[in-house]
Amino acid sequence: MATALKQDDNSSNQPESAENVVVRFAGDSGDGMQLTGGQFTLSTALAGSDLATFPDFPAEIRAPQGTLFGVSAFQINFGSRAIETAGDEPDVLIAMNPAALKTNVDALRDGGLIIADAGEFGKRNLDKAKYENNPLEDGSLAKWQLLKLDISALTLEAVKPFGLGNKEALRSKNMWTLGLALWMFERERQPIIDWLNTKFAKLPDVAAANIAALNAGHAYGETAELSGDGLGGGHLTTRKVGAAPSAPGEYRTVTGAEALSLGLVAGAQLADVPMFFGGYPITPASAILHHLSRLKEFDVTTFQAEDEIAAIAAAIGASYAGKLGITSSSGPGIALKGEAMGLAIMTELPLVIINSQRGGPSTGLPTKTEQSDLYQAVYGRNGDAPMPVIAARSPSDAFECAIEAVRIAVQYMTPVMLLTDGYIANAAEPWKIPDVASLEPFPVTYLDKMPEGGLKPYSRDEKFARPWIKPGTPELMHRIGGIEKGIDTGHIDYGSANHQKMTEIRRDKVLGVADSIPDQDVALGNAGGKLAVVGWGSTYGPIHQAVRRAVEAGKDVAHIHIRNIWPMPKNLGDLLKSYDRVIVPEMNTGQLKTLLRDQYLVDAKPINKVSGQPFTIAEIDAAIEENLS
Amino acid sequence: MNEMTKITTLKDWETDQEVRWCPGCGDYAILKAVQRTMPELGVRPEDTLFISGIGCSSRFPYYMETYGFHTIHGRAPAVATGAKLANPDLDVWIITGDGDALSIGGNHTMHLLRRNLDCQIMLFNNEIYGLTKGQYSPTSRVGTNTPSTPYGSVDRPASPCAFALGSGARFIARGIDIHKDLTNVLKAAHAHKGAAFIEIFQNCIVYNKDVFDEFAAKKTAASTQLLLANGEPMLFEKGAKGIAMDRETLSLKVVDVVDGDWQAAKVIVHDVTNRSVAHMLIEMPFGEFPMAIGVLYDDPRPTFEAAVVEQNAKAAEGKKPDLQALLNKGQTWTVTEDGPEL
Repeated sequence: MATALKQDDNSSNQPESAENVVVRFAGDSGDGMQLTGGQFTLSTALAGSDLATFPDFPAEIRAPQGTLFGVSAFQINFGSRAIETAGDEPDVLIAMNPAALKTNVDALRDGGLIIADAGEFGKRNLDKAKYENNPLEDGSLAKWQLLKLDISALTLEAVKPFGLGNKEALRSKNMWTLGLALWMFERERQPIIDWLNTKFAKLPDVAAANIAALNAGHAYGETAELSGDGLGGGHLTTRKVGAAPSAPGEYRTVTGAEALSLGLVAGAQLADVPMFFGGYPITPASAILHHLSRLKEFDVTTFQAEDEIAAIAAAIGASYAGKLGITSSSGPGIALKGEAMGLAIMTELPLVIINSQRGGPSTGLPTKTEQSDLYQAVYGRNGDAPMPVIAARSPSDAFECAIEAVRIAVQYMTPVMLLTDGYIANAAEPWKIPDVASLEPFPVTYLDKMPEGGLKPYSRDEKFARPWIKPGTPELMHRIGGIEKGIDTGHIDYGSANHQKMTEIRRDKVLGVADSIPDQDVALGNAGGKLAVVGWGSTYGPIHQAVRRAVEAGKDVAHIHIRNIWPMPKNLGDLLKSYDRVIVPEMNTGQLKTLLRDQYLVDAKPINKVSGQPFTIAEIDAAIEENLS
Repeated sequence: MNEMTKITTLKDWETDQEVRWCPGCGDYAILKAVQRTMPELGVRPEDTLFISGIGCSSRFPYYMETYGFHTIHGRAPAVATGAKLANPDLDVWIITGDGDALSIGGNHTMHLLRRNLDCQIMLFNNEIYGLTKGQYSPTSRVGTNTPSTPYGSVDRPASPCAFALGSGARFIARGIDIHKDLTNVLKAAHAHKGAAFIEIFQNCIVYNKDVFDEFAAKKTAASTQLLLANGEPMLFEKGAKGIAMDRETLSLKVVDVVDGDWQAAKVIVHDVTNRSVAHMLIEMPFGEFPMAIGVLYDDPRPTFEAAVVEQNAKAAEGKKPDLQALLNKGQTWTVTEDGPEL
């Protein structure tokens, strides 16, 4: 994504050109579509194509089979050029049942290819998907190419030698499908075979059956190419999508949750401080707890707490005791943590709080993406409770943002909010693996002996940070708490002048973080001009692509993407004022827009979407068009 | 904690902060009891951490010359869990109250006890919300008249010790604020490795004055208190009465002891490891029975933080914390000037 060098965008989504192809795998939530998509992603990455993915799955773990709300989909956009989004419209839809077809086919571009498992299109499944007639037979799919294959029967046939039960055998359907997809795009099977052998090391029969299904799907492609007619009229041909030109180096694929976890580990190592992570299960944030739980050798302690409040409270306790406390959740859980964030602000302890945003309010849309917690992050606490806020724009960017969050937390003795979202957390992209030696260390220091003039737990350095003192240190015993602190001494102080001053100090300390962050850059286009499209977080991809198209078409448009939501980069106000118009696409009803208007009195105009789906490039295109006229 | 650099005295545990409880508050007596006990425990102030929630009792840490953290309402057990996991060498004391520990923080109290974090939990029970000016609390008796219950409270109170036992606590004791024996209870709690739960009856002289007088008052104490000691018979009324088991109903009963012959009266010998008897002692209805005071239950088992430390060490065994290797994990590919290669 961000790694590709050449950005020669061909704006059309023509599979024939094979510059980029968008494939969507859709099936029942029990069909293993996320797994299939994940492995296809890996094979694509190994082939050197740039890519972006969009896993889209229901909140129910196993919704009733065959239902419309039980459909799980995985979309991947890959190409021989820079890929910034998971693609507006799929070129290929692989539908494992009628419900998957029904919920996804409208997204398919006209003329796109449908590969449907005809074996699943019996009356029962058609009823569940609310189809009166079989769409594979009634001509309703005429504007697309259709290939109907009885994948279920073909899979059963392929795994017959392994003597699995019918139910067990049908579980390999996804591997059969993956085999076909690998053939279509000329991918190597070996990495998937290796993965299956590792995954099912203890169940060699299951491994062998899955490999047989994979190979059968692949072999079917080779044969079917010869006899494409009679399968619905669609053509099954191979499409070579070449490697995207990217900067030399070592690459891997990474999801946002992985990159963020790795970034936290890297940050703690750079700060030379052991990590304590307190979490409570919540979608889509749990993946971070899972990743970190396996990294004990990096001095990581993970604690699954009894609730969200305990998770942050334990992290605060750990920070007080000298470790780096980290907690992570999603909107509803972040709301529960609010009071404890205030405690961390008052006691001026380092803390990183990660919010993997999802659709809200309340339980909202647990598995769908949204950016609607910006107000919560910047403003959402009682009292004047300032906190630095950083937002990651992509899976690989989450790595750097996590390190930056740790740096700010320990250098300024403050809680820091790191925003990501469900899309970033689950999406994968190629990642140029950073060279650890090139990362700048920022080791922490603890106050470990009595300073001249006696102990003042709320004395400050040039950053207004107070000293970090570990319990266990002789002579430096002191008490902290949530009641207002006296300047320097940290004793309880209800005095009016003291509260005024302390409130100002807390504000200025956080505003001072702006001294240590880079100036706001212009991601694409000129500084100053007719129109700035300002974004934050996971809207980066569609905004960037749309602005690129506009710039290439000679339009005066720029893309500005803000990482530091609070405090904002010092030059941001002047930069925004250098454009005639500013539009702010966000997956909410206008939260960054409010912040920009408030801070800079600029007439930022909102472009909003809260459908649980990321922006398409076309939607941003349209907004640019409208605002240039 | 392991080696004493110097012997401390009560003075070493007092801060320069002015104590701000109401004159006559039971908290003063508890504070003194703790400050008097600390020098006897062989611990150092710098290794000691007092953590509290919100409420009158939760001001306690400000008055102890140790590390201290006055946290937020109900969350002290969670903060303590993080601190102890971060540094298991700390000697952690949690100061809480009936509202803090059983109402807003009930969930954390339960899980702290269930996990068995090594710490002492002192629950100051005054059956009232003092700091917010006298509303009834989760331990207030039915019919308690307060500003929020002008016609008397109608909900039944929670029993702190029964709650603790049900949550899996391995040490449960009761004490009385002004009771000289409180220091012995504190010492026993400290000696217990694991979560040690102590309910202290604390007299709120402003909002719930003398609510415990029926058993806490000194002049009637001999007949209203059953002072427990491990290995000793359960006697009260200066040895004239004792607690025995009714074998028909499998419940406790009060028996008369004639001429000190408690064996003949089949008075039970207190065994602090007997969980069933502990439960019966906690549940004895006061009036018909005396109030059981002292260590009710003490049967240690492995602690949470020790298990975490052990598992972390085991999981890390033989693995080098190589960050670059971690980043490079999984299937990777290299891109050269000429393009990608597998």
